[in-house]
Amino acid sequence: MKQSLQQSWQRIAALAIKELLAVLKDRKSRIVLIAPPILQLLVFGYAATYDLNDIQVAIYNEDRSAPARELVARVLGSPHFHLVRYLDNDGQIAALIDNKEALIVLHLGQHFSADLYRGGTAKVQLIVDGRNSNTALLVLGYLRSIISEFNLDWARRSGRPPPPATVQVRPWFNTNLESRWFIVPGIVGLLSLVITTIVTSLSVAREREAGTFDQLLVTPLRPVEILIGKSFPGVLIGLVEGTFILSMAVLWFEVPLRGSLGALYIGMFLFILSGVGIGLMISSLALTQQQAMLGAFLFVVPAVILSGFATPIANMPEVVQWLTYADPLRYFLVILRGVFLQGDTADLLLHYYWPMAIIALVNLSFAAWLFRHRMN
Amino acid sequence: MNPAAATRLRLRAMFRKESLQILRDPSSIAIAFVLPVFLLLLFGYGVSLDARHIRLALVVEQADTNTASLTGAFQHSEYFLPMAYPSIQQAERALQTHDVDAIVWLRNDFTSRLLAFGDAPIGVFVNGVDANQARITQGYIEGVWQTWLASYAREQGHEPAVPVALEPRIWFNAAVRSRDFLVPGLIAIIMTLIGAMLTSMVVAREWERGTMEALMVTPIRIWEITLGKLLPYFVLGMGGMLMSVAMALWLFDVPLRGSFWVLMAASALYMMVALGMGLLISTVARSQFVAGQIALVATFLPAFILSGFIFQIGSMPEAIQVITHIVPARYFVAILQTVFMAGDIWPVLIANSAALLVMMFIFLGLARRNARKRLD
Repeated sequence: MKQSLQQSWQRIAALAIKELLAVLKDRKSRIVLIAPPILQLLVFGYAATYDLNDIQVAIYNEDRSAPARELVARVLGSPHFHLVRYLDNDGQIAALIDNKEALIVLHLGQHFSADLYRGGTAKVQLIVDGRNSNTALLVLGYLRSIISEFNLDWARRSGRPPPPATVQVRPWFNTNLESRWFIVPGIVGLLSLVITTIVTSLSVAREREAGTFDQLLVTPLRPVEILIGKSFPGVLIGLVEGTFILSMAVLWFEVPLRGSLGALYIGMFLFILSGVGIGLMISSLALTQQQAMLGAFLFVVPAVILSGFATPIANMPEVVQWLTYADPLRYFLVILRGVFLQGDTADLLLHYYWPMAIIALVNLSFAAWLFRHRMN
Repeated sequence: MNPAAATRLRLRAMFRKESLQILRDPSSIAIAFVLPVFLLLLFGYGVSLDARHIRLALVVEQADTNTASLTGAFQHSEYFLPMAYPSIQQAERALQTHDVDAIVWLRNDFTSRLLAFGDAPIGVFVNGVDANQARITQGYIEGVWQTWLASYAREQGHEPAVPVALEPRIWFNAAVRSRDFLVPGLIAIIMTLIGAMLTSMVVAREWERGTMEALMVTPIRIWEITLGKLLPYFVLGMGGMLMSVAMALWLFDVPLRGSFWVLMAASALYMMVALGMGLLISTVARSQFVAGQIALVATFLPAFILSGFIFQIGSMPEAIQVITHIVPARYFVAILQTVFMAGDIWPVLIANSAALLVMMFIFLGLARRNARKRLD
């Protein structure tokens, strides 16, 4: 008994080493595994932000009075806005917005200051390019807060009564609402998923196409041993690269890591295991490498888009939300963001661990079953 | 036989061979037709940035008519799912465990300060982990507050007199539906995937099996191989494109304000760029494994993050903005969002099409050079 266990380990180790070599010995596939994740982390870490800077704004100010100029100065003084030009008639607005030369046009009419001094309400027209509706909403938010501030100051100076009640907003966990703090932990999950899927999804299909998988099946290796050996490179490479990206997130992008690292690694291990399971399942289902690659695409792309990485799951229709429960990235993202920003510990995250464990278990056992049962 | 006729003959033969190959391998047809439908359905329904059903904890420490009218305003808003919490401690715990997204807290002195015009504070905590959603939530809460202020003032018998009021007009998307800009962007991503994946895998397979060399010793010229290979996939890809447009218009109700033929012409151009990209990848990679990996890493993720599909390019750091210029999806996303939502705005269309044309020549030229160079 003891000896057979030892033999089993030897067989697994031999296969694992061979699998690792198969991935790493080719220079091109080594480069593909190492260079893009680093590059992507850097590029996406900076690029993937909802915060708006340098919004191109055009000003059409028909009222040259002091309050009008003050309001314009406040808008242009904000780091979010960047003046494109001043307009002097209505006709210029349409072309400017259509051609994307300005995202917004702020129009102060002739009666602006007269209305203001009279104690009435002065209207400011705002024209926004709605082609990206999210940007349009955010710009509107920025301008609203500039105007509320102006209103408070104006009320104080002119002796108007202040509003009877005011809203005081305090964002938790991310006081300055930096979207990079939200996106960069997400990238850790995103890239780990891409890497593990790439490493594992072709591993069986390649051998099937070359005919060597049949040879593997007639060796003393049992399906479970093949499974462990084939999973090994994916898990190892996933963990190493995941750790690297994680440390870049903390050291380079300076995202605060407030919770327990142990809780994060439990999540990462389960997540990578489920990614490996899905990759191997796809790989054993496919008859050719092309099919395996297609399968990997069909898994990775929806898994990323429906994970809550960029757009919230809560906004999705009920049916699609149900689908997301099968997406391991969904759970890992909550764990990543929870540990990074909310300081979560393992006990708070139990609900997110076990679904990944189930996904891993189901896919790995299905893959092992397919080893023997899918043969032409 | 004159050279032109010979070329035609060879091209036709090549086209026939590729078409047969496609018809016999259902996976290419799956990529071209099933993939777009599947992805567009999933994403069209799944990806949305419109915050709806924001779970809001309402904590009212001393209930009376004034607090009731304010909480009523939240209950009537379509954006919120308000839930009453007896104490702020319980609400805070719910915020920590993701049971609510935001808290509105009216302390026990709310009404007394309101009546005294004493700036009664409405405490708002939002979960800032997802900074974008937090900003939008904050905007909606402020919107409810302002509407309530106006109605409160009217009840008290005086005109609501805000000094400056913003009158926003959001062009092209008055209802601020995020789907209207996300669906055209998704079409660009899907077309990138299809074009690049189809060709990169298929041509890489030919290199891997050595049949490319066999082709090259025939009288056929390298550009004839290229064209003959691209054409059938071009037809397939355009079929997929047409289906995606039909779904956008009739399933997702995205308006098409520009002309259909402009859309088709731009799509044809982009299809060529994507196919050229796939061809280039295949000549660099020469094996299906590496080609598939490069296609996944070099096409999907940049098209998702660097194309302006979700994240505003103008707000990215300078260096990243430079990089976005080599992502072809960037130009196609701009064209699609403009043609669908704004109309045939020639300055935008011409500039972006010119960029695509240049990219097409670069990709095809490089692919050709690579193919020739590697043979000797």
